[in-house]
Amino acid sequence: MSDIAAKTPPMPGALALFWRSFAENRGAVVGLAIMGILIAVSILADVISLHSPIEQFRESFLIPPIWQEGGEWSFPLGTDDVGRDMLSRLIYGARLSLIIGFSVASLALLTGTTLGLTAAFAGGIVDIVIMRLMDVLLVFPSLLLAIVIVAILGPGLFNAMLAVVVVTLPGYTRLARASALAELARDYVTATRSAGAGTLRLMFDVVLPNCAAPLIVQVSLGFAVAILDAAALGFLGLGAQPPTPEWGTMLSGALQFYQRAWWVLALPGFAILFTVLAFNLVGDGLRDALDPKLKR
Amino acid sequence: MALLEIRNLAVEFGTARGRFRAVDGVDVTVDAGEILCIVGESGSGKSVSMLAAMGLIAWPGRVTADVMRFDGTDLLGLSARDRRKVVGKDMAMVFQEPMTSLNPCYPIGWQIAEALRVHNAVPRNKVQDRVVELLEQVGIPDAGRRMNAFPHQMSGGMNQRVMIAMAISCNPRLLIADEPTTALDVTIQKQILDLLIDLQASHGMGLVLITHDMGVVAETAHRVQVMYAGQMVEEQSTDALFAAPRHPYTAALLDALPERAHGRARLPTIPGVVPGIDDRPTGCLFNPRCGLVTDLCRSTKPLTANGVRCHTPLGAPA
Amino acid sequence: MVRSMFRFLFRRIALIVPTFIGVTFMAFLLIHLVPGDPIEARVGERGIAPERLAELRHEFGYDLPMWQQFFKYEVQIVKGDLGMSVVTQQSVWHEFITLFPATVELSIAAILFAMLIGLPMGVIAAVRRGSAFDYGLMGMSVTGASMPIFWWGLMMILIFSVTLGITPVSGRISDAFFVEPWSGFMLIDCYWSEDEGACSSAWSHMILPMIVLGTIPLAIIARMTRSSMLEVLNEDYVRTARAKGLSTPRVVIVHALRNALIPVVTVIGLSVSGLLGGAILTETIFSWPGVGHWLVESIARRDYPVLQGGSLLIAVLVIMVNLGVDLLYGFLNPRIRR
Repeated sequence: MSDIAAKTPPMPGALALFWRSFAENRGAVVGLAIMGILIAVSILADVISLHSPIEQFRESFLIPPIWQEGGEWSFPLGTDDVGRDMLSRLIYGARLSLIIGFSVASLALLTGTTLGLTAAFAGGIVDIVIMRLMDVLLVFPSLLLAIVIVAILGPGLFNAMLAVVVVTLPGYTRLARASALAELARDYVTATRSAGAGTLRLMFDVVLPNCAAPLIVQVSLGFAVAILDAAALGFLGLGAQPPTPEWGTMLSGALQFYQRAWWVLALPGFAILFTVLAFNLVGDGLRDALDPKLKR
Repeated sequence: MALLEIRNLAVEFGTARGRFRAVDGVDVTVDAGEILCIVGESGSGKSVSMLAAMGLIAWPGRVTADVMRFDGTDLLGLSARDRRKVVGKDMAMVFQEPMTSLNPCYPIGWQIAEALRVHNAVPRNKVQDRVVELLEQVGIPDAGRRMNAFPHQMSGGMNQRVMIAMAISCNPRLLIADEPTTALDVTIQKQILDLLIDLQASHGMGLVLITHDMGVVAETAHRVQVMYAGQMVEEQSTDALFAAPRHPYTAALLDALPERAHGRARLPTIPGVVPGIDDRPTGCLFNPRCGLVTDLCRSTKPLTANGVRCHTPLGAPA
Repeated sequence: MVRSMFRFLFRRIALIVPTFIGVTFMAFLLIHLVPGDPIEARVGERGIAPERLAELRHEFGYDLPMWQQFFKYEVQIVKGDLGMSVVTQQSVWHEFITLFPATVELSIAAILFAMLIGLPMGVIAAVRRGSAFDYGLMGMSVTGASMPIFWWGLMMILIFSVTLGITPVSGRISDAFFVEPWSGFMLIDCYWSEDEGACSSAWSHMILPMIVLGTIPLAIIARMTRSSMLEVLNEDYVRTARAKGLSTPRVVIVHALRNALIPVVTVIGLSVSGLLGGAILTETIFSWPGVGHWLVESIARRDYPVLQGGSLLIAVLVIMVNLGVDLLYGFLNPRIRR
């Protein structure tokens, strides 16, 4: 028997195993690559962009991209209706979108997880109140709820982000509660509890790490939702206000030029699509790699 | 002529680390009216070989055989359409898990009727009567009402009776039962087994009973095949096998039977496990667990001779 | 069976009551959280004498404690009074019900479009798992689910209306036609009017919004159908069905799809909420005279009673649809129909 055992390769590290499983999904690797490029672009925005995203070049309205007739090398992707450089706006828009995604997803994760764990641990009336509240939030179409919240708080990027946090909150809360309840039923939790661990310790040190996998996936997908919803609010004029180089806001101003300047209309949308796609692909890859039950 | 004749059957599955032979070089012969038992541990390929005969190995599994004939018809040469006329009609199969083997969305009577309809076994207007008749035949009381029940409303034993009714609905010439009692309570097991044997006798069917239970073999089989790691290691008539097993593996299986272990302090077991995909030994597949292992066993694969695949068969002249 | 059905229904409705109260509370909060006094908002920018303001505040009950106001609001809602639009002075309910059929028509068209394409594609991808078709569909599905539909709509207009000139840009029907609004559903009304020109005009107006709104549901349905089918195709009962000698289409459609549909229908039902959210954007882009367009305009006009009443009605609609999905789920899945 021993010679058989010796032939099996040594157990690879957990991280290597995770990567192998993740990399099996080609789409996820592509998503990760796009994500890497986006992060690099956002960090280097000040270095690589040719102009300020809000500087208006009075004599260069609606210059087409360079490959089209009339394009200029100083504006590789053309300019918009008030003479701002599209490329620079897109680059700074990437930075803004990542900041939006990160802030919204982390705030929603933090609040949602706390609420979900509280509901799971407290049980009884606290559980009922929290979960009913989430149900109420869920029956509003998320964009409508976001619109209503912005209507109350007033338009603007910060308020739009807050609205998206509220809208995405139920997902995190429900997930955290469900995972925590599933973990609480396990024997090791009972063992830790009988060993005298306090509730808070049990919550954050014992149960939370064990239900981290679905939450990590949710965060990646939550990034995508946050960017998409914030852009939609921007498009409706309720999110970031001009001249902020937010992709959705850029589209809202571009509506009237669709006959003359397709690039003003097409480019910000491609930017949104690829960014959201990248996070969705990575989220799917993470789910496959972290949750063996869902894998085939 | 044999009812079912298979020569040199191999079933391969593609895995992440190359192709894996779940069944290798298996011969099976079943005559009309005969009960053949195929015995082996889990993973020995006993179910897979019969699924292959039924044409139920789905892509990416691959089935090859020198001969695969049912009642003289070459099954491998048939088109998919023609093969479906045989499968479910002349050869039928009962599976291990009655609770999951019936479709949860349809009443049981409907599921039996479907088999009758697709093979045009009885005239359309007689289908309902035939369903009731079949349910009564397999011992389901109040058949007229029960036929409208859903599988989840019945017990495992009852569902297995439904599965049997479905299998015999078109009066098959060969019935394959894949561990039909394993998932059932002990008290029900005997009833189901008796039902199968009664039906076999009254219909004159060939019956292939796949099992890992040597006790069941002793009670029912005319002939026995022992499978190990995808290969057939021994084939004998039941009486001869129990009287004088020739393969060390068979001998070890029989020694592990409580009935045969009188007087011993503890039941003997076979050390080790059936080799999996990665740890196939060279030479005889049983050699790491065999008490009579020789250097020849470790280096060279044994061939089947006189119904046993072994270099050092028991009871052979030394 | 019928009795258990009723018990199931009753239990579900009992669960809805607290959600409904919560929803009305949210709507109530909306008006009270909006900066500025509701009365001042109502009289507009002309200004008002302080005495008159106090009088009006008393008349409308804005001087009462919050909980009493909420109770009053609740009674008002149950009576069916959703308030008046500040801009048009029409009752919110009346405006909603006039515009609602346009939204329903668009949503139904979009979901039918998504199902008609998504279900068969998902089934084929599952049956041919690992094929080029499977990979292609999965790639398209994740792209579709990531689509910013407000931009997608603009691109469709850019391509089909502006560049190719084959579809109209906005509205439900060309001004050249007048069709008696009998059901409120343009396609049905046109069909009844037997005016072929009107019919084709209505369809050409419908096609782009339908595709745009149906894109995300299509992506979700295709993906869900595939994964659900993959799971079901491995089930023992599918093997049993094949062992009966059934043809592959029969095994796939009658035995596998029937079971695979159970989770898919749930997903379709639950996507109604998202669909209505998408309708807000789609209607805005295509100037589709529906509820979504109306709500977006109400914000620009600071017509808060419209926003309040409209949101409330949409939330109630979502609750009803979810209830319907639950009942349908019980009907589709015999296992929970005890």
